[in-house]
Amino acid sequence: MKPLHVVYWVVGAVVAIFAIGAFHLALAEIGWIPFFDWTFYFEVAAAGLLQGVMYSLVALGFVLIFKASGIFNFAQGSLVLFAALTMVGLMEFAERELGIELHWTISFLLTVGVMIAVAIAIERLVLRPLVNQPQIILFMATIGIFYFMDGFGQTLWGSDVKVLDVGMPIAAAVEPLGVRMNVYDLIAAGVGAVLVAVLAVFFQYTRIGRALRAVADDHQAALSVGIPLKTIWTIVWSVAGVVALVAGIMWGGKAGVQFSLALIAFKALPVLILGGFTSIPGAIVGGLIIGYGEQVAENFVGLAIGGAIQDWFAYMLALVFLLFRPQGLFGERIIERV
Amino acid sequence: MFYRETGQFKTSYAADQSIFPILQDKIGVLLILAIAICVVPFVADNYLLETIFVPVLVFSMAAIGLNILTGYCGQLSLGTGGFMACGAFFSYKLATAFPELNIVLVFLLAGAGTAVVGVLFGLPSLRIKGFYLAVATLAAQFFLVWMFNKFGWWTNYSASGVISAPPREIFGIVVTGSGATPVVKYLFLLFAVALLALVAKNLVRSRIGRSWMAIRDMDIAAEIIGIRPLVAKLSAFAISSFYIGVAGALWAFVYTGSVEALAFEINRSFQVLFMIILGGLGSILGSFLGAIFIVLLPIALNVGMLAIDSTISVALVSHIEFMVFGALIIFFLIVEPHGLARLWQIGKEKLRLWPFPY
Repeated sequence: MKPLHVVYWVVGAVVAIFAIGAFHLALAEIGWIPFFDWTFYFEVAAAGLLQGVMYSLVALGFVLIFKASGIFNFAQGSLVLFAALTMVGLMEFAERELGIELHWTISFLLTVGVMIAVAIAIERLVLRPLVNQPQIILFMATIGIFYFMDGFGQTLWGSDVKVLDVGMPIAAAVEPLGVRMNVYDLIAAGVGAVLVAVLAVFFQYTRIGRALRAVADDHQAALSVGIPLKTIWTIVWSVAGVVALVAGIMWGGKAGVQFSLALIAFKALPVLILGGFTSIPGAIVGGLIIGYGEQVAENFVGLAIGGAIQDWFAYMLALVFLLFRPQGLFGERIIERV
Repeated sequence: MFYRETGQFKTSYAADQSIFPILQDKIGVLLILAIAICVVPFVADNYLLETIFVPVLVFSMAAIGLNILTGYCGQLSLGTGGFMACGAFFSYKLATAFPELNIVLVFLLAGAGTAVVGVLFGLPSLRIKGFYLAVATLAAQFFLVWMFNKFGWWTNYSASGVISAPPREIFGIVVTGSGATPVVKYLFLLFAVALLALVAKNLVRSRIGRSWMAIRDMDIAAEIIGIRPLVAKLSAFAISSFYIGVAGALWAFVYTGSVEALAFEINRSFQVLFMIILGGLGSILGSFLGAIFIVLLPIALNVGMLAIDSTISVALVSHIEFMVFGALIIFFLIVEPHGLARLWQIGKEKLRLWPFPY
């Protein structure tokens, strides 16, 4: 994206947020929704946007793998759960069995090692034997991985809710300009931003990053200039595993590490189709739109029609977008030839 | 030695195009049906009927439905659970609002209603494809389950959100609700599934089935040779949803007797998807094989683990079950990506030459 485009997007987003606020105000005036209040609206919008960054974190893992191998990796959610479980599990294990208090950074590094091992195992045991199969088969295989990792993580570490403490404030809030925001969410958003920046630099300027982009562009051409496809896949799955770990820490630190973590994948899917399967900026913008739209819809319109609409609202929003842009906001244009 | 078509000459096109062209196949299928009707109800006890035969039949119906959409028309759908819920709740509303209505008619109407919903959610398929569509069908899944869960009207304002199937009779025998005996349930389902499977088999061999397969194999090429994608895709959505809706109605009315919307959540969709992938995409026989496999697998795992160590905790059993399930799915995909139906096909080829391999 060119800098000018970024400016357009930011200006457009601000205008859109005000416009949607005004729309809800109008709805409240004619009595279709119970109430409307600008301060509350901005708080909801901010909370939604921050929530959206968390969705983006999960969606990022999907995008990385889809770009590099064309695999729709359904197992990303279970990787998030497995990573978080392993990290907490290692800390608990060290304290219980060895009597030492493992600092979370050490546990983090150990878990990164585990996620790399998982990536190697997946590449060896699942992807390599399934080379050249149609995409739906690979997709089904990732659902198999999803089930396996869920069961494996919980068999290994138990299924009770675990507390993951990485020294961040859970309940603190700040109020810039009178809009209340959760500090934890702000930090999480910051971590997400840093992660995206690191990934962007990694993809843009390193040798491996260039190879990854080459593979994403064209498998066969990449192979023919001597890029080892298998190594690249292992690296991509490892990176996706690390992204899953970061997402797992952020989500798990907030709500406890438990089985429901695996289900946030379902929140990331509309983000993906909204942003496009192949675009990292798409995952970010899609996450922001979904997070914001979901919170605003739940808090204003949702009240009028019975509540708990977040489960499907994101999908409907994404569906409407898709009708106008079938490849998502930033996805590669689909060109079909016979 | 026994499985040869040598000497079986066809003298008419009708004979050549029959579903089972080989005499041995015909005998085999009739034998299986005869055993299913005459032997199973007397040999199997209620437990076997309730936990294995009845769910296998209901799932077979759902799998046939999804197979029409995904296996024959190539439109990946993750909304099966939502459509099953449609069938269940539509038939509940119909059966309680019009107690006079024949229950078979109720099921058919519920299926037709589900078909309408299916067409509505199938509309995006004209514009989006592949995994984008798969995710879009999740919208149907989450929205429908939310709707049935949230609005009391669908459950006649039952406090728990659970619907209990009212008892209804066919020829004076109670077939639905908790009052029906397992044998009656089994036989009723057997007839329903066998009949609808026959219809499905003939549909996919007909003009419309061929147009689905053309769309699946290459939609643009199909369009160029004169197949209208709109008609083909939406008819696949409609007929597939009809089958899935009827399966959902049978689930609620015959299999469990009482059900809540959460019984049809996303895991149900995956379960049926697994059935058709493991059974065989684009194969009616595969739908049955997949249903048998997926229903039997958890039971076998459970029994197996308890036999090894009877003190094992329930939570651990379910986690290990997850693991083995996932691993087996990957294993099957690696060994035979075209499913159990393909294995059967290979077996038949081998059988024709047996015992002389040349």
